[in-house]
Amino acid sequence: MKSLKLDYRQLPLLATFALFIMMYAFGSTRYTGFLSTQVFLNLFIDNAFLIIVAVGMTFVILSGGIDLSVGSVIALTSMVAASLVMNAQLSPWIVIPICLLVGSLIGLGQGCLIHFFNLQPFIVTLAGMFLARGLSYLISVETIAINNPFFDFMASSRIPLGDSFISISVVIALVVVVLAVFVGHYSKFGRNVYALGGNEQSAVLMGLPVGKTKIMIYVISGFCASLAGLVFTFYMLSGYGLHANGLELDAIAAVVIGGTLLTGGAGYVAGSVVGVLILGIIQTIIVFEGTLSSWWTKIAIGALLLLFIVFQRVIVIRSKVKKSSVT
Amino acid sequence: MQEQKTPRLVMEGITKEFPGVKALSNVSFQLFPGEVHSLMGENGAGKSTLIKVLTGVYSNDEGTVKLEGSPIHVANPLEAQDLGISTVYQEVNLCSNLSVVENIFIGRQIMKKGRIDWKEMKSRAEEVLARLNLTIDVTKLLSSYSVAIQQMVAIGRALNVSARVLILDEPTSSLDTDEVNQLFGVIRKLKDEGLAIVFISHFLDQIYEISDRITVLRNGELVGEYMTKDLPRIELVSKMIGKELDAVSSNRDEVAKKERGEVLLEVEQLARKGSVEPFNLDLHKGEIVGLAGLLGSGRTELARLLFGADKADSGEIKINGSKTKLNIPKQAISKGIAFCSEDRKAEGIIPDLTIRENIILAMQGINGVFNYIPKKRQIEIADEYIKLLNINPRNPEQLIKNLSGGNQQKVMLARWLITNPELLILDEPTRGIDIGAKAEIMKLMISLSKDGMSILFISSELEEVLRTCNKIVVMRDREKVSEIDNGKQVTQQDIMKQMAGGVV
Repeated sequence: MKSLKLDYRQLPLLATFALFIMMYAFGSTRYTGFLSTQVFLNLFIDNAFLIIVAVGMTFVILSGGIDLSVGSVIALTSMVAASLVMNAQLSPWIVIPICLLVGSLIGLGQGCLIHFFNLQPFIVTLAGMFLARGLSYLISVETIAINNPFFDFMASSRIPLGDSFISISVVIALVVVVLAVFVGHYSKFGRNVYALGGNEQSAVLMGLPVGKTKIMIYVISGFCASLAGLVFTFYMLSGYGLHANGLELDAIAAVVIGGTLLTGGAGYVAGSVVGVLILGIIQTIIVFEGTLSSWWTKIAIGALLLLFIVFQRVIVIRSKVKKSSVT
Repeated sequence: MQEQKTPRLVMEGITKEFPGVKALSNVSFQLFPGEVHSLMGENGAGKSTLIKVLTGVYSNDEGTVKLEGSPIHVANPLEAQDLGISTVYQEVNLCSNLSVVENIFIGRQIMKKGRIDWKEMKSRAEEVLARLNLTIDVTKLLSSYSVAIQQMVAIGRALNVSARVLILDEPTSSLDTDEVNQLFGVIRKLKDEGLAIVFISHFLDQIYEISDRITVLRNGELVGEYMTKDLPRIELVSKMIGKELDAVSSNRDEVAKKERGEVLLEVEQLARKGSVEPFNLDLHKGEIVGLAGLLGSGRTELARLLFGADKADSGEIKINGSKTKLNIPKQAISKGIAFCSEDRKAEGIIPDLTIRENIILAMQGINGVFNYIPKKRQIEIADEYIKLLNINPRNPEQLIKNLSGGNQQKVMLARWLITNPELLILDEPTRGIDIGAKAEIMKLMISLSKDGMSILFISSELEEVLRTCNKIVVMRDREKVSEIDNGKQVTQQDIMKQMAGGVV
C-alpha cells in the first residue's frame, strides 16, 4: 500500500520511460542499424523544436490551461525571420530578438485576456492560433527561402559527439530543458504553477500571485514557441505560412504521453521530453519499416494518447478509492 | 485582566454591502493577545463576511481595522498574511497535489543562491509541525493524509508566518472527538504563547470548552461581546437566534406513541459489495426513521442504494408491497422517493441558478424536459415554499450561491417537497447550519410525517435523532447492528454504545 502511494505521482512518468525503452528495444532487434548512437541522436536533431514547444506547453498544462497557438506562432516566427533577413536584409542579431519578442507578446496578450477577463484558455488561444496563422500569410503567401551565412551556419554545423554528432538546435533545446527543470522545481514561479493547477481557489487563499503566474505561463509558452520557430527555421531554412501546421496538437500529445495530467497539478518537464522522443521513435520505426505510409505515425500517436489518458484516469480513480478506504 | 492589555486587533464600524444584501452593518470586533475569541451567529449572520473583510478577500465599504494600534488596509490574502493575519478555513484550503512541506512554505519558500532550499524547508516544516505535536513524513503528498492532519498542516502554515492573529473557521466540523481534543491542546498552547485566536464553530460544547470571550452577530449586526464564563448557554442561543428559545419543543412522547401506518418500504438483504452489507428495513407510512452511525458506517451508502444513485448487487426492495428495482435515480423518483444529499455543494445546489430555478429542478425532471412549467407557475411555487420554509432572502430570483448554508439546505428541501414524495431521505440536513435553521428543519420533518410522509433521517447529531425519530437504526462497519424503538427511556448513551460496539 505504501509503495502504491509513492507511485501515484510517478507512475505515468515511469510508464513513459518504460514505453520508450521498449520501443527502442523493439526497433533495435527488428531493424539492423537501428541501434546506433546517431539514430538515437537524430531523435533530438529532428525534434529539437518540438522539445522546446513541449517544454512551454508543460507549464501551461501543469497550470490547468492549454495553448493552441504555438504551431501558428512557429509559422509566424519563421515568416518574420525569413522576411526580415531576406527582404529587409537585417542582421540576424536584430532579427532573432524581434522574433522572440513576437511570440512573447502574443503569449502576454493571451495571458492577460485569460486572467483579466477570466476567459477560457482554450478559446483565447484558439483565437491566437487563427490570428498568428493569418498574420504569417499577410507577410507572404509564398515560401521565403533563406539564404544567409548565419542561418546556413546554424543549419549545417555539426557538433561532434564521439563518432556521431548533434546540431546547435539540440544544444539550444537541452539548455531550455535544463532551465525549465530548474524553474519547475527550484523557483517560486514553478511551484506556483503546480499550486495553481492543483487548486486555483486555494492558491488565491494561500496568497499566491495567481494572476501574475498565469500571465507569465503564457508568456513562457509564447517565448518557447517563437524560440522553437527559430530552431524550426534553422532546420527548414525557409519561412512559410503552412509550417508547423497542427504542431500544437503534437506538443499536447507529447506532454500528456510524458505523464502530465491534463487537468493540471502533476507532471514533469523531463516527462515531456521523453514524450517527444516517443513521438520521434514512432516515426523512426516507420521509416525503418519502409513499407508503411507515414500516416501510421498519426495512428500510433492516437492509440498511445488514448492509452495514456485512460491509464492516468485509472491511477487517479485508484488513488481515490484507496483514500476513501483509508479515511 | 485582559481588559488592561491593549487589543491586538480592533475592527470598528465595519459595513459591507453586496448587491441587494447588507452583509455587515456597523460591526465592531476586538481581539486581545493570548485569548481565544469565538465569533458566533447563525448562518448569514455575517461571520464569514467579517472574516473575509479582515483577510482581504472582500473590501469593506465603511469602517476601520487597526492592528496593534495602527490602521491597516488589507487588499488581498497575501497582504493579510504578511501582516500576520492567517486563516484556516472550514474546508482545508491547501493544494493536495503538493507535498506537506510545500503546502507549509509555498509563497514564501526559503531561498538559497536563487533556488529553493528544499532540505532546509523540510527540517523547518518538521519543526513547525512538532510544535503542533505532529510527526509525519512531510515529503509525502498532502492528499495522502486525513482531513485532521491536513487541518494541522494548515495551522502549521499559518504559524510559520510569525502569526499575530490566527483565525480558525469551523476547524472541527470534520474531525472526530480525539482529533478535536488534539486540536484544542494545540490551541491552548498557542494561546499561552500569546497568539490571538478567533474561533468559529457551530458546536456549543466546543465554544464553551475553548473560548474566553464571545462576540455574537445577528443579521449582519453586532449583538454584543461577552465573557464566556458570564454567558449561560441558553442566553447565548437566544442572542444568536434573536428570540427566546422554545427549546425546539421535544415531541418525543408523541413521536414514540404514534400509531404505525401501513408499510411503505420493505428492504430485504439489500447489499452492495464494499459499501453495505445485507440490510433489512421496514419503513411505515408517516414514520421517521433515524439512521445513526459514525462516518463510514454505511449510512450514506445505504441512502444512495435506496435512491438508485448506486446499484445494489443483491437483495430486494418492495414499495407499497410490490417489488421494484432502483437502478438509477429516475426510477426512484418516479416511485416517490426523494434524496437530499449530505454534500450540498457537489450534489445539491446549482450555484449559478436562482432560488426559483433550483426549486423547480426536480419537478421539471419529472414532468419531462418538453413539458415546460410556465414561469408564472414557477414563481408561485417558489414563493409558496420560500414562505413555508422561511427561506431568506425572500426574493426567488436571488442566485442560490449568495445564500447561507441553512437557506441553501431549505431550498434543497423545497426542491423535493414539491414533488410530493412518499419517502424523503435526508442525509445530514442539519450539518453546518445554525441552531435556528436546525430547529425549523426538525419541526418541518415532524409536521411532514404527520401528513403521512415517511422520512429516513441520517444524522450525526444524536440529540436530533432522538428528538424526531420513531425508530432508530444504528449502523456500524457497513452493517445494521440494531433497531431501537424511540421512547423516553432511550438515551444518547444507549445509541452511542451501539455505534461504538462491543463493551463500553
